[in-house]
Amino acid sequence: MMMTEENEVESTLSVCGHNIQIAEVLKDGEMLSFLIVSQKLSGTGEYHVHRNYDDFEWLQHNLFCQEDVAGIQGVIFPPLPAKAQVNTAAKVMKQLGFLSLGEWQPYCKALEVFLQQVAAHSILSKNKAVEVFLTNPDSPGKQKVKKNIFNRLSQAVDGMRKEGHKDVDDFFQTARDHNLVLTNCTKTVTEKLLEVVQTEQKIAVACGHFSAALLLCVEPGDDPNKQAFSKVCVKLSEVFESMKKSTTGVSENDVSTMGLGLDLESRYQEAIKEMLFRRTCKLVELEHARRNAEKAKPVKKAAMEELRKAAETEFEDISRVAKEEITRFEAVRVKMLQQAMVQWCEKQLLTAKECADQFTQHLEVFRGMNFK
Amino acid sequence: MATSSERSPPPFPDDQDVQDSEEVQGRESDEDDGEDLFGSPSDPALTQTDTSPEPISDSSDLLMTPPDDIMKDLLIEPISIQAESKPVAEVIVEPSEEFDDLTNNITAAAEVTEISLDEPSDEFDILGSEAEAQREEVVVVAEVSPAAAAAAGGGGEVPTSVTEPPDEEMLDDVEQEDLEISPAPIINLGGELFTSSTTTVPPASEITADLLGDFLGEAPPIAEPKKAAPAAMDLFDDDGSDLFADPHQIKSAKHPQRSLFEEPDEDLFAEPLGAISKKTTSKESKSVTITAAGPLADRSFAEPADIFMEEAVVTAPSISTSSSSIVDPKTNGVHAQEATDLFAEATVELSLDSPQTERKKEAMTKPPAAAAAAAAASQQQALEELDEEEEEEQEDKFDINISVKDPEKIGDGMNAYMAYKVCTQTTLAMFHNKTLTVRRRFSDFLGLYEKLSEKHGPNGFIVPPPPEKNLLGMTKVKVGKEDSSSADFLERRRGALERYLQRVVNHPSLLQDPDVREFLEREELPRAVSTQALSGAGFLKMLNRATDAVSKMTIKMNESDAWFEEKLQEVEAADQQFRKLHALVESLVVHRKELSGNTASFAKSTAMLGSAEDNTALSRALSQLAEVEDKMEQLHQDQATADTFNFAELIADYIRLLGAVRGSFDQRMKAWQRWQDAQTMLQKKREAEAKLLWANKPDKLQLVKEEIVEWEAKVTQYERDFERVSGTVRKEVLRFEKEKTKNFKTYILKYLESLLQSQQQLIKYWEAFLPEAKAIA
Repeated sequence: MMMTEENEVESTLSVCGHNIQIAEVLKDGEMLSFLIVSQKLSGTGEYHVHRNYDDFEWLQHNLFCQEDVAGIQGVIFPPLPAKAQVNTAAKVMKQLGFLSLGEWQPYCKALEVFLQQVAAHSILSKNKAVEVFLTNPDSPGKQKVKKNIFNRLSQAVDGMRKEGHKDVDDFFQTARDHNLVLTNCTKTVTEKLLEVVQTEQKIAVACGHFSAALLLCVEPGDDPNKQAFSKVCVKLSEVFESMKKSTTGVSENDVSTMGLGLDLESRYQEAIKEMLFRRTCKLVELEHARRNAEKAKPVKKAAMEELRKAAETEFEDISRVAKEEITRFEAVRVKMLQQAMVQWCEKQLLTAKECADQFTQHLEVFRGMNFK
Repeated sequence: MATSSERSPPPFPDDQDVQDSEEVQGRESDEDDGEDLFGSPSDPALTQTDTSPEPISDSSDLLMTPPDDIMKDLLIEPISIQAESKPVAEVIVEPSEEFDDLTNNITAAAEVTEISLDEPSDEFDILGSEAEAQREEVVVVAEVSPAAAAAAGGGGEVPTSVTEPPDEEMLDDVEQEDLEISPAPIINLGGELFTSSTTTVPPASEITADLLGDFLGEAPPIAEPKKAAPAAMDLFDDDGSDLFADPHQIKSAKHPQRSLFEEPDEDLFAEPLGAISKKTTSKESKSVTITAAGPLADRSFAEPADIFMEEAVVTAPSISTSSSSIVDPKTNGVHAQEATDLFAEATVELSLDSPQTERKKEAMTKPPAAAAAAAAASQQQALEELDEEEEEEQEDKFDINISVKDPEKIGDGMNAYMAYKVCTQTTLAMFHNKTLTVRRRFSDFLGLYEKLSEKHGPNGFIVPPPPEKNLLGMTKVKVGKEDSSSADFLERRRGALERYLQRVVNHPSLLQDPDVREFLEREELPRAVSTQALSGAGFLKMLNRATDAVSKMTIKMNESDAWFEEKLQEVEAADQQFRKLHALVESLVVHRKELSGNTASFAKSTAMLGSAEDNTALSRALSQLAEVEDKMEQLHQDQATADTFNFAELIADYIRLLGAVRGSFDQRMKAWQRWQDAQTMLQKKREAEAKLLWANKPDKLQLVKEEIVEWEAKVTQYERDFERVSGTVRKEVLRFEKEKTKNFKTYILKYLESLLQSQQQLIKYWEAFLPEAKAIA
């Protein structure tokens, strides 16, 4: 699921972007601390840094606030998963979806993918913060991240008003419409798959309970009748134990491949949506500026014209970057989804075959049992 | 000596007439006992006798003084009396053979003497029947016993002269106090006897005391006054345990003796003795009593009085061990050798007795003995039955196959009912055709069960129960809701009915039932009525209540037969386990259904995503994936069905069947109860007879005698019934267990096959999808 585009990157990083890994997650009180390992481009050494979620937020903030980069708002920022803690509230867990499952492995995977995406990004990887984040053993300062325009909350406030704004560019209009549909669909599919996985987990637990309960049916004693029945119970318990294993395997496959893929896709669609929204905001701003410039009195005309031009340039930059990003991302996400599906399919096949083998063995054992 | 004879009576005093062979065997063993037992303890006892003279003299002095108080005084110095008895006992051991000779020589009392040596049972029987004859015999016995004593070398010339007078006195007293039996006169008697005997021959006093106790039904009064003094134990350990053990066991039906032993034994003889006395209350346990009394008595001679009590407790359990053929040194090896045989035969009876004694809250030490004995018996029995089982096993394979299909709703609204097609395929000659098809409604199935359980239940058969009524499920069907839950309900019920019928016809005895044949063959059945009681939860409740009652009853009875006790516990445990398993499988089924539903909606949303997708390859792949998921939904659905029908329903069947198993235990309990009740009734009648005997009312006596005969027959009948039911239950439970394992294996095989199949299907689906996924450019 790693998306790598090294060819596009003129790397300013001293590390190999696609090899960034989160080797382990530590529980530091309520906080989760992640060990990030990346390989040096020069030589064979590795960087090992510990980062917590605040550090990730710091990184993301720094990426957002690259005022000097033209059209930065047109970038589809790799989506950072929502904050997770050791005792995350049920609501947040629900919001995390797949990422809340297991012992944070999916969450780590998502963070890993985030870092890889950032490091692989032609614009973002140039930011110094990325290098600092990946290589500096010290925590990159705890300054409070200011809420900015990219904050989702503020977006929600006037989102409804601007979202329906008619676009001047058909490409973006289509992109926006398409994004809207895909966001909803992807979200639904992700939720449904999550439900499937959770049910599979329940089944695995139920199989485990049944298997354990069967072992309790075993009766001691030399009575051949009892021994025969005990044997049946023990064997059946084994059957359910392997059923539990295979079901657990299936659910893990779901999570590690399709689940994470859909989750990422879903978050990316949100990121695109945000990007498009930023652009739409800029468009609205530009249209305002244009109107103001037209209506402006001669005294202010020049200043207004200046503003209009600035807005126009900015919007054009954004649109240019956005177009590039959308095209680039389209290829990336198809590949990503394909990978997810292929891996999913392969893993499920493997699990199913193992399971079938085990059932065959159990079946033979039972066929071999002869009771008078 | 009466004491000696009683110490070693044959194990089956009552069965003497009936089971001569056993008696012989028993007597042999007891003679051995005697020798073995007395061989060792005689030495210490002898040493004690040296010291005895002084106490004897004391006691004699005491006895000379006021007769009313004599007993008490005597009791104060029990050791002296015990000491007296000890030498006698030892002496007696050796001449036991001489006894036989002696008794043979005494022509007139030949029978009686023999009996007196072995056991006074016959005497008492005679006593019971003929009051006058009894007197004669008493005299005879009196004569014999002193003679024996003489032979023993204890008293030499003493016996006849000394003992006879007391006997006469006794008889006089008996005549005088025929009806009112007050303790005082007897004590007087005893006092007199003692005075007379102690001076001359100590054994004589004992004999007379014994005689008093035995021949007067009013022995209890003797015991009662002695209660006051704890020392009385000693006195009666010797005489009492031996004497009373025998007499009352024989006269168990007689009220006075029971009263004697019920009340005084606790005080006088302490619990161990009490146990013995209680055992004796019922005929069958006599063998036990005797053997138990043997060691007790022996020990009492060998050991000091205080120890006796403790020893007695020990000996009682030791009987149990010996009965289970383990050599127990405490019983001096006597019982270990012989008792096993005795017990092997006595076991069945024992097992039945013990509950009775238990019910009376007596005899704390007895149950283990009975249980062990029963275990020994049950092992034998079980072995025999296993053989039978094997034979039956072969016949068990009936060529009959039943399927229940095509559930059909007949009628409308709440009057609607479901009818099923019952198809039978068989090659059995008992059926007219090879294939039989009839239509039966649900209540017909219940009706069949009612008929079968009514007929075969009381015999201890495990009648397979049908599925219970389900008002909610059926109402849904009646209302005509064609949803999945009602379809599921109908399918479950259909399967349950099919398995129920198959179980019925697989049962060798039930298959022969005309009602079964009629059910399978006849075109029209008379409408089954009153199946309401079996509706749904009510049915289960009823079963549970029945089982509760059974378990309560079994708490009182369970020691009777270790096998049944164990099995019942197993059944209860299995019931709990199966209920748990059932709940777990049901939740598994719920989850599977949930998974199926979730997979369906995942497939649907995937399809939507596919249609929203611009990239054609991706869109196509997603649509394919949606199809795969749709198929998987079906697999999950099938899996849920497999879970339901291979496990949930099977386990539900077995929960019902376990209820039926407990029902069969219940029937056994009922048979036992009936038998016990009959025994109690018989005892009452015998007591009535005893009263009438003393009241001298021959007209009523005749009636009571007839009743006794009648009840004796009933007791025998019920006992046999109980034995039969017990045997059947045992066989049925074994069969049930075997069937259970086979059944589970069959269903697990089916289940595994379905699992494997669905996995293979899954593999196919994924394999088909893989190239599609890879094809996305």
